[in-house]
Amino acid sequence: MAARIGVVVFPGTNCEYDVVGALEAAGGGGELLWHGDHHLSGVDAVVLPGGFAHGDYLRPGALARFSPIMESVVEFARAGGPVVGICNGFQVLTEAGLLPGALQKNGRLRFLCQAARLTVTSRASVLTAQATVGDELVIPINHFSGNYTCDADTLRQLNDDDRIVLRYVENPNGSLDDIAGIANAAGNVVGLMPHPERASNALLGSEDGLVLLGSLVGAVASVAAA
Amino acid sequence: MTSPAEKPLPDVALEKVPLHRALGLTDAEFAAVVAILGREPNHLELALYAVMWSEHCSYKSSRLHLKRLPTEGPSVLVGPGENAGVIDAGDGIAIAIRIESHNHPSAIEPYQGAATGVGGILRDIFTMGARPLAIMDPLFFGTPDDARQRWLVEGVVSGISGYGNSVGVPTVGGELTFDPCYAQNPLVNVLCMGALPTERLVLGIASGPGNLAVLLGNSTGRDGIGGVSVLASAGFAGDDGMGIGAGADDTKRPSVQVGDPFEEKRLIEACLELLDTKLVVGIQDLGGAGLACATSETAGRGGVGMDVELDAIPRREEGMEPWEVMTSESQERMLAIVTPESWPAVAAICAKWEVRAAVIGKVTAPGKRGGRLRIRHGSEGEVLADVPAASLSDDAPLYDRPRRAPEVVASVPVDPPKDCAGDLLSLLRSARWVFRQYDHQLFLNTVVGPGGDAALLRLAGPGLPPSERGVAVTTDSNPRSCALNPRMGTVLTLAEGVANLACVGATAVAVVNCLNFGNPEHAEVMWQLSECIDGLAEGCRALSLPVIGGNVSFYNESAGVDIDPTPVLGLLGLVEAVHAPPPGLAWSEGETVVLLGARASLAGGFPLDGTRWATECRTHRSGTLPPIDLGAHATVCAFVAGLVSAAVSGDGVPPFLGAVHDVSSGGLAVALAEMAAAAGVGCAVALDDAAELFTELPSRFVVTTTRPDELCTRAEDLGIPASVVGRAGGDRFCLGDLVDLPLDALCEAHEGNLAKMLGES
Repeated sequence: MAARIGVVVFPGTNCEYDVVGALEAAGGGGELLWHGDHHLSGVDAVVLPGGFAHGDYLRPGALARFSPIMESVVEFARAGGPVVGICNGFQVLTEAGLLPGALQKNGRLRFLCQAARLTVTSRASVLTAQATVGDELVIPINHFSGNYTCDADTLRQLNDDDRIVLRYVENPNGSLDDIAGIANAAGNVVGLMPHPERASNALLGSEDGLVLLGSLVGAVASVAAA
Repeated sequence: MTSPAEKPLPDVALEKVPLHRALGLTDAEFAAVVAILGREPNHLELALYAVMWSEHCSYKSSRLHLKRLPTEGPSVLVGPGENAGVIDAGDGIAIAIRIESHNHPSAIEPYQGAATGVGGILRDIFTMGARPLAIMDPLFFGTPDDARQRWLVEGVVSGISGYGNSVGVPTVGGELTFDPCYAQNPLVNVLCMGALPTERLVLGIASGPGNLAVLLGNSTGRDGIGGVSVLASAGFAGDDGMGIGAGADDTKRPSVQVGDPFEEKRLIEACLELLDTKLVVGIQDLGGAGLACATSETAGRGGVGMDVELDAIPRREEGMEPWEVMTSESQERMLAIVTPESWPAVAAICAKWEVRAAVIGKVTAPGKRGGRLRIRHGSEGEVLADVPAASLSDDAPLYDRPRRAPEVVASVPVDPPKDCAGDLLSLLRSARWVFRQYDHQLFLNTVVGPGGDAALLRLAGPGLPPSERGVAVTTDSNPRSCALNPRMGTVLTLAEGVANLACVGATAVAVVNCLNFGNPEHAEVMWQLSECIDGLAEGCRALSLPVIGGNVSFYNESAGVDIDPTPVLGLLGLVEAVHAPPPGLAWSEGETVVLLGARASLAGGFPLDGTRWATECRTHRSGTLPPIDLGAHATVCAFVAGLVSAAVSGDGVPPFLGAVHDVSSGGLAVALAEMAAAAGVGCAVALDDAAELFTELPSRFVVTTTRPDELCTRAEDLGIPASVVGRAGGDRFCLGDLVDLPLDALCEAHEGNLAKMLGES
C-alpha cells in the first residue's frame, strides 16, 4: 500500500494540490488534512505546504502554529513521525518550535520566484536520504521571507550535527550560511524554502525535486515496514 | 438616443453645485431619472443612478460602437455582457476569460490600485464557477527616469505581486511599455483566465421570488465610494505640474479601494465549494458600484425584483449613510442567491472557510412593469429607495458622441539607423525584474511562463476532468502604431497576438479587449475608439475570431491631454496535446537561422514609421503603417503553430525546430538578440541594410533548424517566403557589418537595462 502522506490545508494555503500531485509522481499518496481538525487521520507522514496560512498576518507562520491540528503535528513529530515544511510550511515549523531559527524578509526586500541551484549537504534527514551529498538540484523558490537566520550557537550546532540539508549555490535572499533547508536532530522534521513539488515534471522544467519527495515516500515505507 | 448634454461644471465650490452634478450626472441624465421614476429621486436613489450610469459601469459612450464587434463562434458558451466570456475547450472543460483596467486608482494609489484590480478580475472569473488559474498584467508607464514614475512602477508591481501571490493565482505574463504619454496616466490592465467543468457554468441571475440574497465576504466600509464615477469616469486635473499625489487629484484617494488577498482566497474556496455542491441559484461579484450594481444587475437579468434590508448589511464603520452603504466598493464581497432551504448548508460552508455570510434581502416577484429594487430599514420597515431594478442598467443613457479625425501630422522622413549596435542595446529590455516578483508557477501548469512569446499552460486544475490539452494566453498592444492609425494599429496588434500564440503551438480561439482611451468628450478620442473597434472587427472577421468580452477605460487624460489610443488585446489559444515544452526562444550552436515571411515590403523597402526604433531612438512619431495581408498572416501562423504543436504533442517526430520567435516590437535585430540572450549562444546573420534590422513588417518569424532545405520547401509549398539568413553559434552577435557585439554585452543589456532604468543595480 502506498504511503499515506497528509498535506495540511490552512486557510490561505495554496500549494496543497501541487504537493499531492507531486507526491503521487514520487510514488506516494497524498491526502488533504484540514487545519481545524484535532487529529491526523492516521497518516504516515505530514507535509505543511506552501502558501500564506492565515494570510501571513502578524508574520508568516505566527498564527498557523495555533491552528488546532498543530498540536497533533507537534506530537507526531516528537514521536519521530516524518514532518516536512515547504516554504510557508518551513516558516510554520520554526514558529511552532519544531525547527530552530527564523525566516526573515529577503535581503533585497522583494518577492522572488525563480529557479534556484541547490547543493545537497546532508543525507541525514527524511527528505534527503536518497540524495547524494554534493549533488546539485535545480528547484524553484517562491517567497518573500526566505532569509534564514539563527544565533551563532544554533548555527554551530546545525553544522556540527550535519543538519543543514540543502544550501543555495548562489544565495538569492541573504540566508545565513546559504541555508535553504535544515532538519531537526533526529532528521525526521525538515524545513526548506525551495518547492520540490515545482520540480517534479520535466515538462515544467525540472524533475530534481523528485529525489527529495521520493526520499520522504521511502522513509515512510521503511517506517511502515519496520 | 440622447445626445450628450453639457459637461459637469468644473471648479465650482461643491455646495453650489446641484447634487446630481456633484455625483457625476448631467442635467439631461437627471431629467431621464425623473422621467423613469415619475418624481424627483431622493439622495439614495440619485446615488444609485449616478454610479450605475457612470461611464465606467454603463459604457454609455462606447456601447454603440462595441455592437460592431463579432461575438459569435462555434466554441463560444458565453459572450460579452456577462462577468466573463466563456468558451468550450473540449474534454468537458470550459475556459472563462476577462480583461479589465484599474488605471485611475493605480495613478492615485499604485499598490492598492493594482492589487484591487487583481482582486476584482478574479471575482469575475470565479463568479462564473471557474477556478482562476492565471493572471496577466499589461502595464504602461511614463519613462521611468524620475522618482514619481519609479514610485508608480514599484507600487504597481508590488501590488500585483502582493495580492496575486498571496491569493494563490499565478501571474504568467503581461507586457511592460514605457512612453511619455502615460506619465500622468499609467495604465494597469489585468487579464484572468480560469477553467471549470462545463456543466458547472453559472450566471449572475436572480430568480425565484422568496429566495434569499446573501452577502458573502468582507464587511462594507467607506472605501472606494464613487470609484466608478468620481475616479474612473473623469480625467485628472494634473494642474499643478507636480503630478497626481501632489495636488488637487489627491482628494480622490478615498475613492481607491483597499484589498485583502486573504479574504479573497477564502472567498474563492468558499464560493467554489458552494457551486460544487449546487447550493446557489445565482451568484454575482461586487465590483464597481458595489451593492447598487450587484443587486440591480442580478434582479434585472432575472426579470425579478429585490428587497434589500439596509440594516442587515455588515459594516466596518459606524454612521454610514444609506447611499454610502449601497455604493461602497469595499473589496472581496459576493452576492449569492440561495433558497431558504439551502441557507443553513450555505452558512456552514462559509463558517468553515471563515467567510462572513449575511442574508441581506430577498428576491421579489415582478409587477406588471418589471421588478423593483427596494431598499428599506428592516424587512418591513421604511422604504428608503424604490426604483425599477432593470432601469439602473438597461435604461442607462447611450451616447453617439461627436467624432472627428485628428489633423494628420505631416510625415517626416526618418534617417536610417547609424549606430545599429548602440540602438539595439538600448532597445533590449527583459522584464525579468518584474516577473520574478510574481509567482508564475502555482498549480504546476506553467509550461511557458513570462518571458516567452505567449504563456502556455496545461489545461488542468483542482476539480477539472483530465485533459491532455494546453491553453495559451497572450496580451498585446501597439500604441505607437495606433497613434499613427488606430484602425491599422489595432489590426496589427491582433495579428501579433495570433503570431505569439503560434510560437507556442496554439491556435487562437477567442479575443478579449481592454480599450484604454482618453476623454470621450474629445471628438478625436471618439474617432480613435471607433476606428479601433472597426479595425478589431475587421481583423476578427478575417481571422474568424470572436470577441467574448471587454472593458473600456475612458478619461485617461490629464490637464486636457489624452493618452495615445491603447487597445490591449488578450488572445486565448488551444493546443491539442501538451507532452513536451515548445522549442522556445533558445537556439543551439550550429542551427540554421531562417526568416519566415517577407524580407522587405511589397514596395521593396524596410519601412520604419511607427516602429519602436523610430519612437525610442529617434523620437519620431509620424508616417504610415505597413499594410498587412491577413490571409497570408493566417497561413504563416498556421504553419508555425503546426510545426510547434507537433513538437509539443511529442508524437515521436524528431526535433525539427530548434527555436521559434515572432518578429515584432523592435524588429528583426531585437528578435535575434532575444534569442541569443535566451540561449547564451551568439549568431552570424547576413543583413546589410540598417533599416532591415528595425523594421516591424508583420507576419514574420525567426525559426532555427538543422534541416533548412526541408523547412524552406515546406514553407514555400504553402506560398510562405522563407530565407536562410545565417547561423547560430559562437560568442559574438553579428549582423552583417552592422552589428558585432560580444554576447556578454548583449546579455547584460537585455537583463540589466530595466533595473538600470528603475535606478536599481
